[in-house]
Amino acid sequence: MAKTKVLERKPLTPMEKTFLPQIVSGLKTTFGTMMQKDVTLQYPEERPNIPDNYRGVPTLVKDPNGREKCVSCQLCEFVCPPKAIRMTPGGIDAEADPERAHVEKAPKEFDINMLRCIYCGLCQEVCPEEAIFLQDVFSLSGYSREEMINNKEKLYELGGTLPDQHSKWDKKKAAEQSGNAH
Amino acid sequence: MELLDAFLPYLLPIVYAVAMISVFMGLCSYSVLAERKVCSWIQGRVGPNRTRVPLLGHIPILGNLLTGLGIFQPAADGLKFLFKEEIVPGHVNKFYYMLAPVLALAPALTTMVVLPFGRYVDADGITQPLVLANVDLGMLIILGISSLGVYGIVLAGWASNSKYPFLGGIRASAQMISYELAMGLALLPVFMWAATPGSDYGMSLFGAVQSQQTLWLFIWQPLSALIFLVALFAETNRLPFDMAESETDLVGGFHTEYGCFKFGLFFVAEYAHVIMGSALFVLLFLGGWNFLPGLADPWGESLIGTLLSIAWFTTKVFFMIFFFIWMRWTLPRFRYDQVMSLGWKILLPLAVGNLVFNTIIIALYDTFTR
Ligand code: SF4
Ligand code: SF4
Repeated sequence: MAKTKVLERKPLTPMEKTFLPQIVSGLKTTFGTMMQKDVTLQYPEERPNIPDNYRGVPTLVKDPNGREKCVSCQLCEFVCPPKAIRMTPGGIDAEADPERAHVEKAPKEFDINMLRCIYCGLCQEVCPEEAIFLQDVFSLSGYSREEMINNKEKLYELGGTLPDQHSKWDKKKAAEQSGNAH
Repeated sequence: MELLDAFLPYLLPIVYAVAMISVFMGLCSYSVLAERKVCSWIQGRVGPNRTRVPLLGHIPILGNLLTGLGIFQPAADGLKFLFKEEIVPGHVNKFYYMLAPVLALAPALTTMVVLPFGRYVDADGITQPLVLANVDLGMLIILGISSLGVYGIVLAGWASNSKYPFLGGIRASAQMISYELAMGLALLPVFMWAATPGSDYGMSLFGAVQSQQTLWLFIWQPLSALIFLVALFAETNRLPFDMAESETDLVGGFHTEYGCFKFGLFFVAEYAHVIMGSALFVLLFLGGWNFLPGLADPWGESLIGTLLSIAWFTTKVFFMIFFFIWMRWTLPRFRYDQVMSLGWKILLPLAVGNLVFNTIIIALYDTFTR
């Protein structure tokens, strides 16, 4: 067993026993802090700097051409530990986007219940299409439980567009044009 | 007109009294604000800066400045206390429960009757104090009445019929008794020097101020000043001596069971005591309205001079209030037994020694200068 080491303490000098020098130096310290700049952030007006890898509210993003990236593979729904995600897969409207229709799917409904979400980021990690991201939104409020469920529109609105490193649709098109479609 | 002349001697004191109470209560509420602001500055925060009243708060630059300084905050605080639900716990003794806050505040407000706050020169060229009641025994009245404030606290502790307030009340009374002694003894040398035989001031505070024209008492009676200051902190129940409240071990101490305006009264009473204490310390040891040691009274005999003396006195009082607050946010609270041993084993013997020492000096002085 480790032995406790008792530190030698110097006995107090008579002046120190009166506590007065300590009180004076304490007063000096507090006066010094009084002169310093406040550290308070005036919250609703001033917002804190959110770092890039911050795990805020999960959101759905679109690619730079405005296409939905989510293909309703449902991986995130299955991985989500508290079962916050509920989705219904659906097809893509052939009129609006003939290129992708019958090739990919898209979510018909996509709900994330923010009363359940624990901000673990597993959905972002698991998503094969890089369609779901935990971004910088950190304050949520609502008057009812229903309001706290983010539906598809809300998720896309919060998510916006993120730069896409793969642009698979553009690559496919370029490949087709150069006559080397698979 | 004749009727007015007949009533004037009765009317005037009432007007003065009401005016003084209003100023004093205003000071109380603004020292609450000062407490919150100074505390937040010491802690690197901003403090109350959102309350804005219509019109005044919307003047372009001034409004923002005042709002930022929290000038309108006391109004919001007071209103909040007034409009809260009046809750009386079922287990209390109703009558005494209601009486306690009043008993706590009344003595603090009463003492201000004998508190001089400036001087004027009357028609005969004699300097007179500005005070509601210029009595010879000013200091005794203050000492007597201000310690009655503890009855409010003890009564609150007892009437609340619950253990934490009860402990708070007991502590308050024990502390009051211990420090009252040292306080009184520390004051005696002051009046022994100030009220020399043949002077017509007696125990009045005005006399104490006038005797400090050349040298402030705090410079040549530092020990008395120190003992008095420490005792003052204890008497006003301020940190580091707020045994009666002591949130960490007694929840809220004597006012645990109090809410809304009744709590507000206790709160105001605490600050009233602080202001009275500051004023007293300024009068007794910091030369009252005397300008600087050695340069007593540069303000002339006119009305302006009177106002300047009041202003200078108020400035000193504000500094003392700031000092009280500054102290509170610097020092941690003493333990109860430390407070007791400081009072009985250190301050009291020191005060007695100081008294004896000064008595001997005065005796020698009298023997050799006669
Ligand atoms: S962050 Fe975690 S809990 Fe929230 S939706 Fe994604 S997987 Fe579910
Ligand atoms: S967000 Fe990603 S993981 Fe979830 S269903 Fe859409 S593609 Fe699959």
